[in-house]
Amino acid sequence: MATETTAAAQGHVSPLALEEAGKCVDTHGGAIGLPQLCGEWMGNQVFWLVVALVIIFFVLSRIALPRIGAVLAERQGAITNDIAAAEDLKAKAVSAEEAFNKAEADARTAAQAIIADAKAEIKGDLDEAMAKADAEIAAKAAEGEKAIAEIRNNALANVTEVAKAATKDIVAAMGGKADAKTVNAAVTARMKG
Amino acid sequence: MATETQTGAAEQGAGLAFHPMDQFIVKPLFGDGAVGLFTVTNVTLWMALTVLAIIGLMVLGTSSRSTIPSRIQSVAELCYGFIRKMVEDVAGKDALPYFPYVMTLFLFILFSNFLGLIPGSFTTTSHIAVTAVLAMLVFLTVTLMGFIKHGAGFLSLFWISSAPLPLRPILALIEVISYFVRPVSHSIRLAGNMMAGHAVIKVFAAFAPMIILSTGIGLIVTPMSILAITAIYALEVLVSFIQAYVFTILTCVYLKDALHPHH
Repeated sequence: MATETTAAAQGHVSPLALEEAGKCVDTHGGAIGLPQLCGEWMGNQVFWLVVALVIIFFVLSRIALPRIGAVLAERQGAITNDIAAAEDLKAKAVSAEEAFNKAEADARTAAQAIIADAKAEIKGDLDEAMAKADAEIAAKAAEGEKAIAEIRNNALANVTEVAKAATKDIVAAMGGKADAKTVNAAVTARMKG
Repeated sequence: MATETQTGAAEQGAGLAFHPMDQFIVKPLFGDGAVGLFTVTNVTLWMALTVLAIIGLMVLGTSSRSTIPSRIQSVAELCYGFIRKMVEDVAGKDALPYFPYVMTLFLFILFSNFLGLIPGSFTTTSHIAVTAVLAMLVFLTVTLMGFIKHGAGFLSLFWISSAPLPLRPILALIEVISYFVRPVSHSIRLAGNMMAGHAVIKVFAAFAPMIILSTGIGLIVTPMSILAITAIYALEVLVSFIQAYVFTILTCVYLKDALHPHH
């Protein structure tokens, strides 16, 4: 701070005067007004800017941008290929699934046919066996019926015999004279009724 | 601290050094002479660093050309895709030959802005001389290309055929004025944004040593100024990108005008 005071004491030049004189910095190296408006520096800035821009432009257009473009295109190609391959595999998987489904459906139909055949066969056997059994049962029943009819007929004949004998005896016991022919007719008529 | 003992009112002002614009001074890197056209200055240094950073990202970063990119290659590809898409979307497919040109502008501005955020650095894009050259390059390219591609038909840019006939001369006048104001706004927008932010940071930075001068008010002013520097710095990071983006997208818009002047 001491230098500042001495400089001021020595007669500080006003910033405005310096600016009018075309100076951009004061005696201490500080800025006067806007350094951006200092014409003294502009040529230098423009020169180095043009140099920088030309370098950047050539580096970008000759090396960097074609390289990045190629890398991106290559990646895009790889992705497209991979997607195509994936789609191929997916189609294969779908067709494999279809084939499997078809095979399964076929197997199912075949199984159904086998079941139906087996069922029909079993039913035929069963029907046959049933018919046989029915016939046997019918034969047995007919035999039985015949035996029963025989037994009944015998029984009826016996009963008639017994009734005739009893009637004769009863008539005789009552003191009547039993005519065998009349008694038989009367018993037969009663038995019918 | 001789001044402090002398006058009361001047004390604080003299104690705090306010030189917000000193950071924009162009000075020779070697020696103390005047700044000539080819003098190696701090402008040269920071532009060279910008060029090196761009080469580092775009050339060295992509040198492996890997299909599965490294981090730095991803960033380079991101920049490529971002600007290419912008050129394609805004200016149309036939503007793609100008993509390297637009990319040059974008990367130069982006890296200059971000390198300028390093404390003690020099922000080349805060100078009107630099941004004016960039804007004039765009303006001249667009104008020349418009006339080369469409001849006098390029003038239909100013003759808005969709407007009612009586309005057209007035609109044409407005369009012509706005056309010539373009490079001005294009350059001042960038330089102004960069300069203002850096100057504000510097002003707050000048308040930061207040605690050395006065433990009373300094207890409040110093933390607040540090907080303010942090906040403005964060804003400046955002502005650095946005201004590069805005400059580039406006370039694309102007390119579109040159390629398709008919409304």
